[in-house]
Amino acid sequence: MAEYSVFSLIQNALTGHKNWQRAWRDPEPKPSYDVVIVGGGGHGLATAFYLAKVHGIRNVAVLEKGWLGGGNTGRNTTIVRSNYMLDDNALFYEKSLKLWEKLSHELNFNVMFSQRGVLNLAHSDGQMDRFARRGNSMRLNGIDAELLDRNEVKRMIPYLNYSDEARFPIYGGLLQPRGGTARHDAVAWGLARGADRLGVDIIQNCEVTGFKRTGNRIEAVETSRGTIGCGKIGFAVAGNTGYLASKLGMKLPIESHVLQAFVSEPLKPLIDHVVTYGAGHFYLSQSDKGGLVFGGDLDMYNSYAQRGNMETIDHVMRGGIAMVPSLSRLRLLRHWGGIMDMSMDGSPIIGKSPIDNLYLNCGWCYGGFKATPGSGWVFAHTIAEDAPHPLNAGLRLDRFERGHILDEEATGPVPGHH
Amino acid sequence: MLYIDCPYCGKRAHEEFSYIGDATKKRPDGAEKNDPAWVDYVYVRDNPRGPHLELWHHSLGCREVVKVLRNILTHEILGAGRPADDIPLPETETKP
Repeated sequence: MAEYSVFSLIQNALTGHKNWQRAWRDPEPKPSYDVVIVGGGGHGLATAFYLAKVHGIRNVAVLEKGWLGGGNTGRNTTIVRSNYMLDDNALFYEKSLKLWEKLSHELNFNVMFSQRGVLNLAHSDGQMDRFARRGNSMRLNGIDAELLDRNEVKRMIPYLNYSDEARFPIYGGLLQPRGGTARHDAVAWGLARGADRLGVDIIQNCEVTGFKRTGNRIEAVETSRGTIGCGKIGFAVAGNTGYLASKLGMKLPIESHVLQAFVSEPLKPLIDHVVTYGAGHFYLSQSDKGGLVFGGDLDMYNSYAQRGNMETIDHVMRGGIAMVPSLSRLRLLRHWGGIMDMSMDGSPIIGKSPIDNLYLNCGWCYGGFKATPGSGWVFAHTIAEDAPHPLNAGLRLDRFERGHILDEEATGPVPGHH
Repeated sequence: MLYIDCPYCGKRAHEEFSYIGDATKKRPDGAEKNDPAWVDYVYVRDNPRGPHLELWHHSLGCREVVKVLRNILTHEILGAGRPADDIPLPETETKP
């Protein structure tokens, strides 16, 4: 498949855009592969891409039950950041952010990564202290962080609620200037094209329905398009991890929950950054099409249904209007729900599983999108080397029994609190 | 909106309730360090894609804890009762 460039654009423009080739093949599944990745979202595709590119393993299939990026990759609020405090999280997400910075060039596909800055607002002295601590931890790990006071926030973002009447007045905020957003569909398409160009088979409409096991190994996966043999197998199925694991008799420290996201009618440019509310749960940015993209809390009860409840919509809107009063007359264009694989400590799980040739990539909670390239990078390493990369050594499944949990928010083993 | 049939108050909208979580977990005896039973109790969940026994706190009502059987794939509420009650699976439902 041809390289995209200004020359290919001119050439295709002159021939009436009739000769563009498809961006990736639509192959029939082969009888077996060295590595089978279950899940054709961002993480699965990134894993296949880095397996082929970095580790030279190209006999790889990505199995997707629907269409590429039709799960959480296409259902998030596209925020990318690495503003974490704990080392095991911070260094991993920072690697991911560094990969984001080069991803469009690496893929020859514009993922529209925009480093517009992510600002977390603080609404009390205690919260400012906590942000100072997190910011200092970030800077010690080489991550950019700036603590802003109320006047600096006001100069940068004038449209917030600075009135004296505000129930939770703004004291300041923690800014990560290198954070921002990316175009989620482009991420899935760019990674799919990149992996396909390296020889990876991307097989859509192929649902995994069962497994053939011999001893403590998985020999093959049974799918809606036949049985496919596998040398190694990786799960990157987000909210459905628990369901697939149950077919193997495995139980995980994960609950599946529904998280809603929203897009408003399109507006002229208004929101220049990613801004998050610190007195509730609300995060806001504006897409290039003009729609405001935002979200809030989980619906709080376990769910595998990709739709949410009105009560949560109401709650999210209240948070939004408390932060930005001018949103109050805005009309919603769309909203949707995605199924989060909420881990019991709020941090992801990437590593080996109790089954010899099965590797797990799950527990992404609210934050899988930003991790897409980093997750693929370390998961590919884990699968290729049969051992975790130093960047995901702390994200292993056995951290729960070892007592080395990564509870960034210090809220305990309750998924709804993360 | 989900409607939960509280055994004390009758059918009420779920926004009166706070979700607690999985009702099948039993606190183990003893306090052995690194006891796998504790790991299982604190962290590990069945997370079924189908009927799920769970506890809700009727926090804006009678303030009692209610046990609910709910299909978490469809959000349909299949039964509710007191925490010690047995809530059978309706015959129309099959296990996942």
